[in-house]
Amino acid sequence: MARDPLISFDKVWKTYGQGEAQVHALSGVDMTIGRGEFVAIMGPSGSGKSTAMNIIGCLDTPTSGRYDFLGIDAGRLDRNRRAVLRNLYVGFVFQGYNLLPRTTAAENVELPLIYRGAPSGERHERAMEALEQVGLMGRQNHTPAELSGGQQQRVAIARAIVTRPTLLVADEPTGNLDTARSHEIMELLTTLNAELGLTIVMVTHEADIAAYAQRTIGFLDGRIASDTRKLEVA
Amino acid sequence: MVWETIRLALRSIRRNVLRSFLTLLGIVIGVAAVIAMITIGNGTTQKVRTDISSLGSNLLVVRAARPDRGGSTSFTPRQLDDKDLDGLRKGLTNAKAVSAASQKSVRVVYAAGNVAADVTGTDTDFFVARDWNASTGRLFTEQEVRGGVNVCVIGETVRQQFFGAGDPDGLTIRVSRMGCRVIGVLQPKGTSGFGQDQDNVVMMPLPTFQRRIAGNRNIDAIYVAAQDGVSTSTVQEGIETILRETRRIAPEADDNFQVRDMTQIADAMASATATMTGMLGAVAAVSLLVGGIGIMNIMLVSVTERTREIGIRLAIGAHEKHILIQFLVEATVLSLLGGLIGIVLGLSLAGAASLALSIPFAPSAAVILLAVGFSALIGMVFGFFPALRGARLDPIDALRHE
Repeated sequence: MARDPLISFDKVWKTYGQGEAQVHALSGVDMTIGRGEFVAIMGPSGSGKSTAMNIIGCLDTPTSGRYDFLGIDAGRLDRNRRAVLRNLYVGFVFQGYNLLPRTTAAENVELPLIYRGAPSGERHERAMEALEQVGLMGRQNHTPAELSGGQQQRVAIARAIVTRPTLLVADEPTGNLDTARSHEIMELLTTLNAELGLTIVMVTHEADIAAYAQRTIGFLDGRIASDTRKLEVA
Repeated sequence: MVWETIRLALRSIRRNVLRSFLTLLGIVIGVAAVIAMITIGNGTTQKVRTDISSLGSNLLVVRAARPDRGGSTSFTPRQLDDKDLDGLRKGLTNAKAVSAASQKSVRVVYAAGNVAADVTGTDTDFFVARDWNASTGRLFTEQEVRGGVNVCVIGETVRQQFFGAGDPDGLTIRVSRMGCRVIGVLQPKGTSGFGQDQDNVVMMPLPTFQRRIAGNRNIDAIYVAAQDGVSTSTVQEGIETILRETRRIAPEADDNFQVRDMTQIADAMASATATMTGMLGAVAAVSLLVGGIGIMNIMLVSVTERTREIGIRLAIGAHEKHILIQFLVEATVLSLLGGLIGIVLGLSLAGAASLALSIPFAPSAAVILLAVGFSALIGMVFGFFPALRGARLDPIDALRHE
């Protein structure tokens, strides 16, 4: 299991508020996630799993401790540098899909490439490629309102992978979907992990969803309570 | 990237057509007011200029005036006289015509009718200088001027008052108790830029006028027409040199006369119009300010409404500057749109006004460009704060926003 570490927490603390009202969302977390891993983060609400995920996705920074992403001290970068890092290496999938309304699937998928300054021909080509990967060929001109929940989440996944990121961060990706749709999305994520070698960090509170991951990290009260790996089936 | 941002802005404006339009109203009214005002102002100035150049752009008018300092301290300035006239006639080499004229508004009577008209005593050169001819009959001759004969030429308005459609040739009218034989009718000139009826006139030889109407030998004004191709300022210098000599003005004393050409008179008129335009422009500026505040308000609303969208954009890698530019462009496009509507509206108003007031329609490309630039500037200035607010949002909070 001596994989190249992609994500490394070294005594990471995240504290909100001042004095009496101080709350520790993370209390000295140490963890390492290697390239190509598919990790589920579980835990009750308030356990710090969302905070950990925001730091992993370079949306947030630790109050103290060190967070290395790709060997870069990402916790010390300013917000615009972290924006560049997210744009280049991180894809996001949210519970509520978070697609731009009244904007076609293709345009939604192209969005991260716009901030990269890619020319429109290349953007369109890559968006179509990503939509094909998530099984949405032919839906590129539909707006979110014209798509089902499962289809919307596929568009969101296409948007996340269109930049060919190193890391995919998924926040309760199946939270708004029924069981059948949830398993379809999980199959898709598993395929992306296996075929593209995409590292996936997924927050969930459903055990059957977490079961798709190779490794499950349990959070409780701002600390890691458990870290279990699925036995490799030969 | 630029084109995408503009398309995005247009899409967001289209999404709220009514709201966008109401926001624009302030800019529309402000720009329309400025454009209409300046276009109408330009038309008026142009009309005044053409009126004045119909008097002759090569025409100079010499009048007696009190000197600014030195010389006579008497209240009335020293009048122009025959010596000045003779001096100019002999000394000026580049003048086409030098003409003396005196004028008085008197009552003119024919049969039962009577009318107040401007009666001018002058010489044959006057008609050369003013480029004025008789439409029927003839003008008076040099012999008639020298002899001080009681003949007159009347303007079209006077003819219509007394004779209707008839021919007045050879009939006698009474000008201030003096009988005067009509020998011709002048070509109509219409109303001057100063609102004066140029056809309500009676012209007679200067000596006749001086002896029978004015009762003195004064000359009110000397008109000098410059030769073709000679600038009025050259002629003006010549006039000043000669008159300082004939009027014996000491070298250190100021002129006790003034020489003005028609363009100077036109400039004076134009500056009066400019003052008006400036005042109305101030009103328009207030309207533009209000319009700008409207844009700021609606952009703040827009940023709040789209907090989640901003969160998504920031999460997938937008810089602060991307968000800033997006909203700045949206505000600018909005304001520019208002400016363009305002320009169309302003030009339509000015077009209607120029028809109603029978002045030329004179749109100025410079002012239109300025209005475009200014409305864009308003969008940028008033859109900046809301845009900055959007750009500074924390992506995590913004994504959580409902």
